[in-house]
Amino acid sequence: MIEHASLSYRRPFRERSFGLARKLMRVNWLFVLCVCALAGVGYAALYSAAGGSPQPYAQSQLIRFCGALVLMICIAMVDIRFIAKLSWPAWIFGILLLIAVMKFGHVGLGAKRWMTVGGVEVQPSELMKLFLAMALGHYFKRATPEQTGNLLFVMPAILAILVPMGLILKEPNLGTAVITGTIGATVMLGAGVRWWWFALVVVVIAVSAPVIYHHLHAYQKARIDIFLNPGSDPLGAGYNIIQSKIALGSGGFFGQGYLHGTQNQLNFLPEKQTDFVFTIVAEEFGFFGSVAVLGLLMMIVALAYYTALSCSHVYGRLVALGIATNFFLYCFVNLSMVMGLIPVGGVPLPLISYGGSALTAVMLGFGVLMSIHVHRDVEFAEPGDF
Amino acid sequence: MRRQAKNRTGFSRRALLIGAGQAAIFAAITTRLYHLQVSEHGKYALMAKQNSISERLVAPERGIITDRFGAILAGNQQHWRALFMKAMAPEPDVVLENFYRLVPLSDEEKARITQDLADHPGYIPVLLKDWLDWPDMAAIEVNTPNLPGVIVEEGASRTYPLGPVAAHAVGYVGRPNQQEAKQDAVLALPGMRVGRTGAEDADDLSLRGDPGFVQTETNVHGEVMRVVAQDAGTPGQTVALGMDAGLQQLAVQSLGAQTGAVVMMDATNGEILAMASTPSFDPSLFDKGVPSDVWKGWMEDPKHPLLNKATAGLFAPGSTFKPTVALAALKCGALTPTTIHNCPGFLKLGDHIFWCDNHDAHGNINVVSALKVSCDVFFYKTALDTGIDRIAAMATIMGQGVDLNSDIPHTQAGLVPTLEWARRHGIHWAQGNTVVQGIGQGYTQLTPMAQATMIARLASGLAVTPHLTRRIGGTLQPDSLPGGAAPLDVDPAHLAVVRQGLFEVVNDPAGTGYGARLTIPNVQMAGKTGTAQVHNNTAAEKAKNFNDMTMAWEQRPNAWFVAYAPADAPRYAIAVLIEHGNYGAQTAAPIAHDLMTYALLHDPAGRDTPLANPPPEPPPTVPTGLKA
Repeated sequence: MIEHASLSYRRPFRERSFGLARKLMRVNWLFVLCVCALAGVGYAALYSAAGGSPQPYAQSQLIRFCGALVLMICIAMVDIRFIAKLSWPAWIFGILLLIAVMKFGHVGLGAKRWMTVGGVEVQPSELMKLFLAMALGHYFKRATPEQTGNLLFVMPAILAILVPMGLILKEPNLGTAVITGTIGATVMLGAGVRWWWFALVVVVIAVSAPVIYHHLHAYQKARIDIFLNPGSDPLGAGYNIIQSKIALGSGGFFGQGYLHGTQNQLNFLPEKQTDFVFTIVAEEFGFFGSVAVLGLLMMIVALAYYTALSCSHVYGRLVALGIATNFFLYCFVNLSMVMGLIPVGGVPLPLISYGGSALTAVMLGFGVLMSIHVHRDVEFAEPGDF
Repeated sequence: MRRQAKNRTGFSRRALLIGAGQAAIFAAITTRLYHLQVSEHGKYALMAKQNSISERLVAPERGIITDRFGAILAGNQQHWRALFMKAMAPEPDVVLENFYRLVPLSDEEKARITQDLADHPGYIPVLLKDWLDWPDMAAIEVNTPNLPGVIVEEGASRTYPLGPVAAHAVGYVGRPNQQEAKQDAVLALPGMRVGRTGAEDADDLSLRGDPGFVQTETNVHGEVMRVVAQDAGTPGQTVALGMDAGLQQLAVQSLGAQTGAVVMMDATNGEILAMASTPSFDPSLFDKGVPSDVWKGWMEDPKHPLLNKATAGLFAPGSTFKPTVALAALKCGALTPTTIHNCPGFLKLGDHIFWCDNHDAHGNINVVSALKVSCDVFFYKTALDTGIDRIAAMATIMGQGVDLNSDIPHTQAGLVPTLEWARRHGIHWAQGNTVVQGIGQGYTQLTPMAQATMIARLASGLAVTPHLTRRIGGTLQPDSLPGGAAPLDVDPAHLAVVRQGLFEVVNDPAGTGYGARLTIPNVQMAGKTGTAQVHNNTAAEKAKNFNDMTMAWEQRPNAWFVAYAPADAPRYAIAVLIEHGNYGAQTAAPIAHDLMTYALLHDPAGRDTPLANPPPEPPPTVPTGLKA
């Protein structure tokens, strides 16, 4: 009871809903500031990628970002309990979109996929990652440790992960499928599913890797091969890795100066405004600039964790964890790719890369995250919670 | 409640663990970045400096030109040339100096190279020297380290297997001039050629093709490290002309040393089977640049070898104009097939006397006989009765004195005067002008091509247009398709009357062209002779019935012969002009006879071998029995 009293003391908004102004005040403005700062870095990088011009990338990306920012704030105002109710419908909607894209979509196949996806077009696989986190959050929001230790109880959640993963693999988009699975696994881990189960899965995958490799598409195999030996295919993706590393390495500590990066300005990297946008920052601002951008990215992940940890309801915690992991994986995959640590995968650097698809999906997730943050103290009024 | 709190601590612990893992990965990335950007900076900075990719365009191979059976009229010959890419050389001036030391060039060439270096965009290499010989190649090869940016490339130069024989029809190519190169950067590429005349000009765009490119990565010394990407481009399309190389050779052979022109076409569609103009020139000289002494010789030659007399030479048509006059008169009713005019050997108009040919008196004759014996007085009177505007209108229908919209470049329309034309040029048009118009003299000036078109139209009754090109890239051109020509706007009955006259010219012992009648069985030729004065004979000369053979060459009349065959089902039409060849029947008609015989025996228009098949026969030789 004392605990309850102290909780009520720390919770000024225990009522079911509260005013818009109050909600706005509860938005994590430091988080929004970081997001805007990264978008600013993106503008500068795209301006440089066009050889010192807002056309054709920087300006249109800024307009997209402004639209996405308004969307994010609007979603933040929506009660998280309402969003929670939409979790499973959203998951079904995502699955339907994936099927639709398989039937009618014009998803670029093979190595062409990493080219620009124009406009505000959204790839269903990008949305699916958010919807999956929401659905799992909803599934586990009242799970007891006994339940999370029960394989039969966890099985539907595993299916909820495997179905979209399979559909994304069919697209085919190996990178996003792996990311989707990782997000699902992280949310389940956060929900209390036994950690050694995951260890088991990892071991099984490691053992079956050669078999999986055998069934991969030729271009997917090629990517892995090129990764293992970049010199083997100098005209293809290996070329990009070499040029990308040269761009990073030639940056030095303080960089070659804004708009003066030779690798960037002389166009050694084709389509550098999308996946390889980080090389522009790294080449022109050096290690100093790279670390600053890395710091901003980490800050966003950290603030997402802060939201997860400070949230009183399980749904919010799990979804926030999923969103944080999603953003982290974007950064991790993109940066590793740029540095030649993992095979090229067509994953953009969120908020900085040119293109509307990932930006919209990420900002949509941030909208949900902010809604969790704003409504971190609300009570999910199901019986037995208190 | 307790469970909730326990859950929450459990979650926090797990979330912090996951977060810590992610932070560790971020730290690893930062470490890796430090390694790349700071520790290995020197290595990568050097790589960036050495990294330079240059792209240059590569000239496509020009399409070949063949005759209708695939015999090559214009082909390509491989040779080596030295190019220079400024962007690949750290110090271009030093490289050029080194190159000039190895391969001496004239000051003009050096100036041209300097100019090109300033004009051309970076991806267009500049030509240093074409047609490298082995010592040049060896010198460049050995000194490669001193010549960064210098590229030795295989290129193609234009060859013309028939040489002067088909020079006017096939045309020639030249290097693009600076203006052309500025308008279309692709033309600035070494090895690109622009068609200047003939089919090379007419089908230039089809023949050119699209350039390819080579992308190379070069190191800091300008040495090519590797080829990043390359594309050979699209070679130009093969153009097949309607020409029959055998017929063409025979035409040139028949003209021999005489100055003149021959045009032979398919009367049913206007395809040019042979087009010769003598004297001719060697078209391959243009590809390398014509030596100045050769050029000077051409310019000073009174026989104008560069001029295509078949399409751009203007001559009074003489009696070969009479069919047109007859058709005009028949159309307006000034003449019927039964109209009789009396020819006393001259026509007196006011105080001026217009003589009939050789002062012969033909007596009372009709139009068929007048054509047969080429009576001038009959046509003086007919022209007076018809009027020049009606004659000019018929000439237009027959393709004379008008732009034929042919695909042959540099053609002259010629002139058939009208009253309006006379007024515009301030010429007082007297009746005498109309009189001489009746026999194709006076102001009338026509090309052999126009006369060939006239006779083809007269023969087939179709408004055919002469054209060189038969297939481009294997596709038959619309002009050459059956039914491509519209019917001629002339009463078929009138055509029949004139055709009868022309038939008798060749096949009646009294006809002026009887000597040229065909000697192969069951086929007749119809034709018309012409002897067109180029010199205003003085009264004294006329009085004593002068002999043209005694005159200076350039004052002798031009000899014409136009003909078609077979007379009953016309397929081949020909116009022969011998400059200052005196009588048409004497010099021009035998050539028409030889060519027509060859055409009828080989029937090139009746056969067409698709381009895909190899050329079916070696260039035919002239049957010895046909030589007159």
